[in-house]
Amino acid sequence: MNRPYIRTPVLLEVKNLNKSFGGVHAVNNVSFTLNSGIIKAIIGPNGAGKTTLFNIISGILKANSGRVSFKGEDITGLNPHEIAERGIVRTFQNIKLAGHMSVLDNVMIGRHSKTRAGFFAAALSLPWTIKEEARTKEVCMEIMEMFSLTDLANEEVSNLPFGKQRAVEFARALAADPELLLLDEPASGLNIYETEELAEVIERIKNKGITILLVEHDMSLVMDISDEILVLNFGKEVASGLPEKVQKNPEVINIYLGEG
Amino acid sequence: MDLKRYYPVVVLILVVILIQILTSLFGITFYLTQLTMSAYYSLLTIGLCMLMGYAGQISLGQAGFFAIGGYTTAFLTTVNLIDKAEAPVLSLFKSLGIMVLREDLYGNKILHLSPWVAFLFAVIITIFIAFLIGVPVLKLKGHYLAMATLGFGIIVYRVVLGTRAFGEADGITRVPGFNLLPGIRVSGDFANRVENYYIAWVLVIIGAILLINLVNSRAGRALRYLHGSEEAASTMGVNVSRYKLNVFVLSAIYASVAGVFLTHFNAGIGPSEASVMKSVRYVAIVAAGGMANLWGTLIMAVTLNFLSLRGVFGTYDDAVFAVILIVIMLFAPRGLIRKGVISEIEFAFKKLKPGGIIKVKRES
Repeated sequence: MNRPYIRTPVLLEVKNLNKSFGGVHAVNNVSFTLNSGIIKAIIGPNGAGKTTLFNIISGILKANSGRVSFKGEDITGLNPHEIAERGIVRTFQNIKLAGHMSVLDNVMIGRHSKTRAGFFAAALSLPWTIKEEARTKEVCMEIMEMFSLTDLANEEVSNLPFGKQRAVEFARALAADPELLLLDEPASGLNIYETEELAEVIERIKNKGITILLVEHDMSLVMDISDEILVLNFGKEVASGLPEKVQKNPEVINIYLGEG
Repeated sequence: MDLKRYYPVVVLILVVILIQILTSLFGITFYLTQLTMSAYYSLLTIGLCMLMGYAGQISLGQAGFFAIGGYTTAFLTTVNLIDKAEAPVLSLFKSLGIMVLREDLYGNKILHLSPWVAFLFAVIITIFIAFLIGVPVLKLKGHYLAMATLGFGIIVYRVVLGTRAFGEADGITRVPGFNLLPGIRVSGDFANRVENYYIAWVLVIIGAILLINLVNSRAGRALRYLHGSEEAASTMGVNVSRYKLNVFVLSAIYASVAGVFLTHFNAGIGPSEASVMKSVRYVAIVAAGGMANLWGTLIMAVTLNFLSLRGVFGTYDDAVFAVILIVIMLFAPRGLIRKGVISEIEFAFKKLKPGGIIKVKRES
């Protein structure tokens, strides 16, 4: 049972996190750690607080109390762009892309935090900004090739089918060279073949050394690819650990299949 | 680098030169006066196009920034400091060579700051005010942002209208020319007409090139991106509030510089330049030009301002721009200067008829 990854250092630590919306306790005293190099899945029924947890980690929402630290640094309450700069990048359940812009532009925005041309330098088109832009394009074209998006580089994103848009979101996230990738229901809206492809993509991302935290409904996908699982229900932790252990947990079975 | 994006600049330069030559050939150089004024209004409008079209942040207060630029330079280059000439600060300014001593029409001596200093001061004050307004206001979105900037525009209008130093309803007149470089002078004198036409258009061309560079850069991509989704932009590392503030200040600088130059060209400025209807007019022009379309906006700005300045719209001037805004929003919300606009307008008309849309067959 002792898999080697367990010994990798802790990348993300969430401690006693709380978040309420009015009377609803969406995240209730949740704590967990995430070791680097693994895939951890957060599962639970609708309204379990999974996406809220993601929104807090990525800085979109502020927690009422508790602490999130990344590589030992307290990142609680930082703005989303500050968290992105530290190497945490996310995707969204209901894809958030700039539909009026090209596929290439949408992937290139991913490199924003890795590049630096500001208003002045850009308006004057200083030579180094031109070089930087060319390099950005090169890197992004490579990433797009991995998702077979090269031919669609100049296509407007809103013209693409859903599955392709999801691929653009993945490419955008990878362009940012993240250390930790947060995937919010990456399989939602995908058919069974696309989901299989997705599992492969996620494995490949893991093999690049990127740590993945994943919220997902598709059980077979989760059991397939995750190294660890955290189960939430009504904002509270129900179970956590290795997939085979969580699968057998009576409380988890109860949540998913209803009381017998 | 992709040089294709500069082709329209070359075309613009050629058209500007061609128009000047043609007007000289046909002896109708008086048109150049309105074309010069239109150029300055266009400078403001392309700045607004960057803010509104590309970054998606509406401003109904651009006339306010125009007026801040114009009134600052008008005040500083007309206020007579001759009685205080011995004050230590002014002696210092004199020794720095940034004071001007001249005689007015009646032979009275006038001592004032040089236009260059006034210009720099106008821009600095604009940046300061734009920051001050921008920080709270840019937290708002959509209609709320429009209302807040509208409020700012109204405040500027009422302030210039009610302040004695700014000439109240009369505005400030007898503003001297602006010696840009030795021998190059921004002024409305008949003798300087052709020269001023080129000064104005060089300024517009420089302004346009800077914006084209910006749009096609990392910073411009971030601006266009936050227009699409602020949340996505911020989670990809874009400091959304700072980018919005920067582009707001940038558009204010464009408006202010336009105000400074036009005030020297017209030798004065009045409160109507600060009026809300002017701001509405600029928004209407950007909408007609196609929002995120720098060249469309520029074409619309020159054409509509030229017609307006020639008096084509008569007393209905403001009404015409309001109608343009409504018509564009109804029939061509993506603007007039682009491909496929005719068929879209036809489609919109058919839609207006009861039951019309059902009968429409889309030709492909």
